[in-house]
Amino acid sequence: MFGAGGGTSAYSEVEDTDLVLLWGSNARETHPIYFHHVLTGLRRGAGMYVVDPRRTATARWARGHLALDVGTDIALAHGMGRAILDAGLENRAFIERATTGFDEYVRAVEPWTLEKTAEVTGVDADLIRETALAYARADRAQLCWTLGITEHHNAVDNVRALIDLALLTGHVGRWGSGLVPLRGQNNVQGGGDMGAIPNRLPGGYDVTDDGHRARFDAAWGSAIPPEKGLHLSQMFEAMERREIRAVYVVGENPAESEADVAHARALLGGLDHLVVQDIFRTATAEFADVVLPSCADWCEYEGTVTSSERRVQRVRKAIEPPGLARPDTEILCDLARRLGHDWGTPSPEEVWDELRSLSLDWHAGMSYARLEAEGGLQWPCPSLDHPGTPTMHTRLWERDPALRGTPAPFAPVVHAGPLDELSPEFPLRLTTVRRLDSYNSGVQTGGYTSPLRREEALCVDAADARALGVHDGERVRVVSRRGAVEAPVRVDAAARPGLAFITPHFSEQVDVNLITNEAWDPQSGTSEFKATAIRIEKLAVGARVPVAGA
Amino acid sequence: MDLVLLPDAATEAERAAVDAAVGSPGHERRDLLLPAFHAVMDAVGWISRGALSYVCDRLHVPPAEAYGVATFYALFSVTPRAPRTAHVCDDVGCAAFGGEDLCAALEERLGPPGSGEEVTWTRSPCLGLCERAPAVFLQRASPSAEDEGNPEATRALASSPHDDAPGGDHAQIAPATADTVLRALDGEDVDGPDPVVSTPQAGGPDLELLSRVGVVDPGDLDSYRAAGGYAGLRRALAVGSARVVDEITVASLTGRGGAAFPTGTKWAAVAGSPEPEKYLVCNADESEPGTFKDRVLMEADPFALVEAMTVAGIAVGARTGYLYVRGEYPAAERAILRAVAEARRHGYLGDDVMGSGRAFDLEVRRGAGAYICGEETALMNSLEGRRGEPRAKPPFPTVAGLFGKPTVINNVETLVNVLRIVAEGGPAFASIGSGRSTGTKLFCLSGVVARPGVYEVPMGTTLRELLELAGGVPPDLRAILLGGAAGSFVTPDQLDVPLTLEGTREIGATLGSGVVLCFDSTTDFAAVLRRIAGFFRDESCGQCVPCRVGTVRQEEALARIVRGREIGGRTIELQLLRDVDRVMTDASICGLGQTAASAVRSALALGLIGGS
Amino acid sequence: MTTVDLGTIRRLVSVTVDDVEHRAPEGATIMDVLDDAGADTPRLCQAPNLTPVNACRVCVVEVEGSRPLVPSCARKVEDGMVVRTDTERVAHSRKMVLELLASANDLSEAGDDVARWQIEYGADPERYGPPGPPAAAGERGNRHAGHHGIPDGETRATVAQPVTVDNDLYVRDYARCILCYKCVEACGTDAQNTFAIAVAGRGFDATISTEFAVPLPDSACVYCGNCIGVCPTGALKSVAEHERREAGTWDPEGETVTTTVCSFCGVGCSLELHVQDNTIVNVTSPSDHSVTHGHLCIKGRFGFQHVQNVASPGEH
Repeated sequence: MFGAGGGTSAYSEVEDTDLVLLWGSNARETHPIYFHHVLTGLRRGAGMYVVDPRRTATARWARGHLALDVGTDIALAHGMGRAILDAGLENRAFIERATTGFDEYVRAVEPWTLEKTAEVTGVDADLIRETALAYARADRAQLCWTLGITEHHNAVDNVRALIDLALLTGHVGRWGSGLVPLRGQNNVQGGGDMGAIPNRLPGGYDVTDDGHRARFDAAWGSAIPPEKGLHLSQMFEAMERREIRAVYVVGENPAESEADVAHARALLGGLDHLVVQDIFRTATAEFADVVLPSCADWCEYEGTVTSSERRVQRVRKAIEPPGLARPDTEILCDLARRLGHDWGTPSPEEVWDELRSLSLDWHAGMSYARLEAEGGLQWPCPSLDHPGTPTMHTRLWERDPALRGTPAPFAPVVHAGPLDELSPEFPLRLTTVRRLDSYNSGVQTGGYTSPLRREEALCVDAADARALGVHDGERVRVVSRRGAVEAPVRVDAAARPGLAFITPHFSEQVDVNLITNEAWDPQSGTSEFKATAIRIEKLAVGARVPVAGA
Repeated sequence: MDLVLLPDAATEAERAAVDAAVGSPGHERRDLLLPAFHAVMDAVGWISRGALSYVCDRLHVPPAEAYGVATFYALFSVTPRAPRTAHVCDDVGCAAFGGEDLCAALEERLGPPGSGEEVTWTRSPCLGLCERAPAVFLQRASPSAEDEGNPEATRALASSPHDDAPGGDHAQIAPATADTVLRALDGEDVDGPDPVVSTPQAGGPDLELLSRVGVVDPGDLDSYRAAGGYAGLRRALAVGSARVVDEITVASLTGRGGAAFPTGTKWAAVAGSPEPEKYLVCNADESEPGTFKDRVLMEADPFALVEAMTVAGIAVGARTGYLYVRGEYPAAERAILRAVAEARRHGYLGDDVMGSGRAFDLEVRRGAGAYICGEETALMNSLEGRRGEPRAKPPFPTVAGLFGKPTVINNVETLVNVLRIVAEGGPAFASIGSGRSTGTKLFCLSGVVARPGVYEVPMGTTLRELLELAGGVPPDLRAILLGGAAGSFVTPDQLDVPLTLEGTREIGATLGSGVVLCFDSTTDFAAVLRRIAGFFRDESCGQCVPCRVGTVRQEEALARIVRGREIGGRTIELQLLRDVDRVMTDASICGLGQTAASAVRSALALGLIGGS
Repeated sequence: MTTVDLGTIRRLVSVTVDDVEHRAPEGATIMDVLDDAGADTPRLCQAPNLTPVNACRVCVVEVEGSRPLVPSCARKVEDGMVVRTDTERVAHSRKMVLELLASANDLSEAGDDVARWQIEYGADPERYGPPGPPAAAGERGNRHAGHHGIPDGETRATVAQPVTVDNDLYVRDYARCILCYKCVEACGTDAQNTFAIAVAGRGFDATISTEFAVPLPDSACVYCGNCIGVCPTGALKSVAEHERREAGTWDPEGETVTTTVCSFCGVGCSLELHVQDNTIVNVTSPSDHSVTHGHLCIKGRFGFQHVQNVASPGEH
C-alpha cells in the first residue's frame, strides 16, 4: 500500500496497541501464531472488534462482533467512516499533512448513514458506531484482514475502503498503528516481492517504469516486456479465447482451487501443452503433458521466504527429497539451458545476491549472513548497516514535506454487493472458510491425521436446517448457478440464518469449487470464493439412507 | 474466549441453583466460581459434568480450569456422593477424645467412608470445635434452597452471592455421638454449638475481645449498639483515616493468624498506595488444627467483626471488603451474613457509611475445605476463583493482592482488636504486654484440660497462668502442642514461658494461632505425629516440590519409625527426616511447607516418639 | 507523537553474587544474572518463553534478609541485593528437590542436564525405600482432595501409571510428570489460550488433567503441541517419538536439527526440524524467535507428514 505491497506493522505492534480491528479474518484458526500476539495485546488491555459474517473462534474473543452480510464490507467501512466524520473524530492533522483526496472520500461516504449502513450490512447501527468511534478514539489501532476481504469480485476496492479508514484516523505509520494483511501462504509476500505478480519487477518496481526496467534489462541481458502481464483469472480467460495454448504451472493446483472448477478443468484439459512442476502429483498434474517433480523448498532445499510482516527468513534443507524431485531453481536453470540460455548452476545464495543487486530499496542489505545472525530482516533494508524496517510509512508523519514524500491517496470506492446474487431460486449465501488443522485444497495437510478433523459438511444454522426439514448428518444436494454437489449437513453455531459455509480442504469429499463463482476482481484476479448463492435440496427418498434417519 | 464445553446438559435443579447464585453476568466472573460450585453442592450434593459446564458457560471459565478448582477443595465432589455427608474430625484435638471411637461406630452403622447413596460419612481434619470433642460437620444438600428464603432474597443473590442466608442446610455437632450424627443425617434439626459454652470467661471482668460474648445477642444490632457497638466506627470516621492508621501503628498490633506481621505496616502501605482500587480481606478461614477462637468471635459477636472491617476498609481506602469464612463454619457464616445484612439495612455498610459520605460494603465468601487457603495469597487466589495455591512473594499483597490490587488482609482476631485501639488509642493498647507483643491474646485450650475453651489474657501471661485459668495444670501432663500443627511441642518444664512472640521464640516455640493442646502421658504420640504428618500431606497444595513430595516422605519415614521398620537404622531415618525437614523449611513457597516439619521436629527432639 | 517503539526505561542495579558485584538491568531476575555470569543453575519449571511459576524450587539461592531460600528464576534483582549460591543450604535444597523428584518420578528422559545435576548434587532417591506399585490407569485422577490412604512406609509412593494414548498426535506419560506447570502455562495465557488442561486435585495427588479427565479429543485441545514443546521430562511427546522409543529405534545421537520456516500460512513461524534417518521426528520452534516465541500450531508442529509419506498425496 502507498506504493509498497506489504503490511505496515510488525506483529509485535499488536501487543502494544489499544485497539484491534480484525476484518474478514478468522486469525484464531488461520493465523494462530499471529493471534498469540493479538491475545498478548488483549491481555495488556487492548479492545478488539471482529468483522466476520460468522461467529468464529476469533469473534468469540472480541468486545464486539460485527456479523455483516457477505460482501457488504465497503458499505460497513463507509458507514464507519461517516460515523467518525459525524463525531468529528477524523485526524485532521494527518489528513492535511499526509493524504490526498479527502473531499472525494467525504462525498463517497456521505450516503452511508448509520441507518442505511445497518440496513445494507445487517449489522446493528449502535455496534457500527461503537466500533467506528473506538477505532477513531484509540491512540493506537491495528486493522488486519485476510481472505474475507480479498476473496471477492471487488477485492482491491475492499482493501482500499479499509485503508481509507486508517487514513481518516491516522492509524498508519506509527508504532502500534497500522494495516496488516495476513497472508495465506508462507511466501505470498515473497513471491510478489520477487516479481511473481503481473505488474511488478523484483523489489516491487513497477514494470511500466522505464528507468527501473532498464536496470533489469541490463543485468539480465534481455528486454523485459514493458506492459503488465496477465493474472491467473485473465490467463484462464485467455485459455478460453484459445490465445494461451501452453501453460507452465509451478506449485499451484488450479484444477482443485479455482472457482467454478469444472470450467477450469475443461480449459486445462483442452490445452495444447501443460507442464506442472510440483511436489505432488496434484489434480492439475493429472491434466499435464509433462510433470516435473520438485523439492518441498521449506525442508528439502535452501532459500528464503517473506512473511506478512515483510520479514525475510531462510528456509533450509533438513531432509533429502524423494525420488527424482529437484529444486525449482535447478529445474528452471536446466530448462533455460535447453532453451539455449546458460544460467549456470547458481547456489541459492548466488540467486539471492543477484536479487539484492537489483532490489536496491528493499533487499540490498539482507545478506545470507545477516539473515542467519539476525533471525530474518524486515524490508525495506537498503544497506548492510540498515536495521530493517518493522514499521513502514513513518515518513507520513514527518514535518518536513520533503521527507514525507508522496501523500497517501484516499480511494472513494463504491459499494457493490456479490455478483452471485441471492434470489428466490438461490436464497442462501454460501461462503468458503478454512479450518485450523487444514490448508487450502488439503494436498499437504491431508498427509497427517488430525484429531480435530471431521467429515466435510455443509455447515448451516439450526433455524435454516429446521426450515428446510433437514437434520444433522443428512446428505443434501447443494445447488448453485454453476452446478451441484452432495454434502452432509451439519448444524453449526458459527453459521447464522441465511448463511452456510464449507471448506475447500476436502474436494474428494465435497468438491465445493464446482459450485463457487468464477467472477473475479479485475484488479487482482481473485475469485469470489466468499459469496456463492445456493439452495439446499433434500435428496430423493431412497437415494441415500440418512445416518440418523427416522 | 472460545470456550469448548462438554456436551452434557445440566439438570433443572443444577441450573436453578447456579442461576440463583450467580445469575448470568455475560462476561468473565471467575471470582464467582466458588459460590457457583457451593450452590450446586448445596442443591444436589455433587458437581456433575453438566453442572460444571453450565457454571463455565455462565462465568466464562474454561472447563479444565474450573475442574482444577473444583477438585482442589475437599468439600466439593466431582463424583456422585450422598447428598448428606458427616465429616468426622479425627484430627489431633478429637481423635483421642472420642473421634476415633465415633469413626468406628459410624463405620459399623453406615459402612466404609464414602459409601451410601443417601447419607455417608468421611474423616475430616480439625473442624475447629476442639473444646467439645468429638466434632462433626454436616454437609447437607437441600434441593430447593428457593423454598426456604423468600424469592426476593433469592433474586438478590444474583448480584451479591450469599446475600443473607447461606445455601444448604449445613450444621455442626459437638460433642457428637453416633446417634446424634445419624439423626442429623436423616434431616433432624441440629442446635449449633453455643459459643458461650466455649468461652469460660464469658461475662467476666477484664475482657476486651471477648467482652461481648454471651452479653450481646449476635443476631441483634440494637443489642450490639447497646453494648457500645459502633462507637469505634463513629470515632474512626471522626478522626479520619490517616489518624486511624497511625493509631494502629502506634499500638504495635501484630497479626493474630500466626505470622505476627505488624498490622500498621500493612495498613499504611495500602492507605498510601496511589492505586485507586484497593481491597480489604478478612481471613476467617480458621483451619489450624486446635484453633477455634475466630469461630467463637464470629458466632458470638459478629457485629464486632463487621464494624472492625468497616473501620479498616475505610481507613485504608477500600470500598469493598471480602470476608472469607471457613466452609466448615456454617453457624459463623450465618451469624456474619445476618450481621452484614443488618448493618447494611441500618446504613453501617453501603454507599454512605453512617452518613459519612464514605462507601464501604462487605461480601462474604465461603471456603470449601482447604487448610492452605488460610495462607493469605492462597486465600486471594481462592477468592478469585482459582486453585488455592500460594503466590510468590514479592510482590506482597499490599502491592498486588486481590485482583492484583493493593490489599490489606487480616485475621478475624486481629481486626476485632482494632475496635479497642480506635476507642482507647494506640498507646493504651501498646502499654499492655511488651515489645512487639502488645494487647491481649486469645488462646484455644483443648485436650486434657479441665475447662477447655477460648481464653483471653494479656500478652506476657505465662503458660502456667493460662492453664490455671482453665482449671489448673493438668495432672500427668506430658506435652503441649503450642501454636497448632504448624507449631511445636513444649513440655511441663517450660510452663513459665511468657506467652509473647519473643518469649515463645526463646524456647524455640511459637504462639502461632494460639493453640494450647494438652496431652498427658497416656497419649499415643506416634499416632498424634502420624496424624499431623498425614494432615500436611493432605493439605499441601502440591505446587512446590519440597512440600508436595516432602510431606509424603515425612509421613512414610514416620510410619517406618513408629513401626520399627527403619531403613538402615534409626540414625539414618532421623537424618532422612532432618533432610526433608530442611528442604521443606528452606525452600517451600509458603508457610505451610515451611512449617510442615515443625511439630515432628520438636517431638523427635523431645523424645515423644521413637524413644531416642 | 512517536512513530517508533520507545521500549522501556531501564536502570542498572547492583547485585552481589558470592561476593562478586554484578550490574544488571532492573526487571532482570537473579537467574538472568547467574546465567550471564556463566553459573550452572539447575532449573526445571523455568523456561525463557513462560512466566515463572517458581514451583520446582531447584534454582533456589540465598538472599540476604530472606529467611527462606529464594527462587532465582522468579525473583527480580534489587539494587544492593546480596545473593549467595555457594552455601551448604543452597546445595542441600537443590539436592533434595532433585532427590525428591527422582524418588517419585521417572526422570530418565529429563535430559542430560538433569542427569548431571543429579550426580553433581548427590541425589539419592533410593534411600526412601523401594518404589510402590504403579497406579491403575485413571486412578490417580480420581483421588479426593484431603484424603489419602495411610502409608506403612514399606515402599515409597510414586506417580507411576500407564501412558495415556488417546489421539494420533501425542501421548501423555504422566509417570514422568513433575507438575512444573509449563504445559498448563503454554496451553493457557502464556501462549495458546486454549486452556484444555489444568492442574486438578491437590498435593501429591495433583495431576495435569482435562475436565473430568476426558480424553483429549473430547476436550478443548487444538493439538498445537506447545505443551510438548515446553515439557522438560518427556511426559508429553509426539506419538512418533513414543513409538520409536518403544520400538527401540529412537536415535538422539543421530539426530540433526535444521531451522527453517513453516509452509502453512503467511505468518512465518520458525521451525526446527528434528531429523533422524532422513525422517522428521519432531518439530519445535526456538523460544527466542520474535514471531513464535517457541510456540506453533497443529499444522506447524504435525503437518510435515506430507513430505514423508511415500503414498500418493491427494488421497487423504
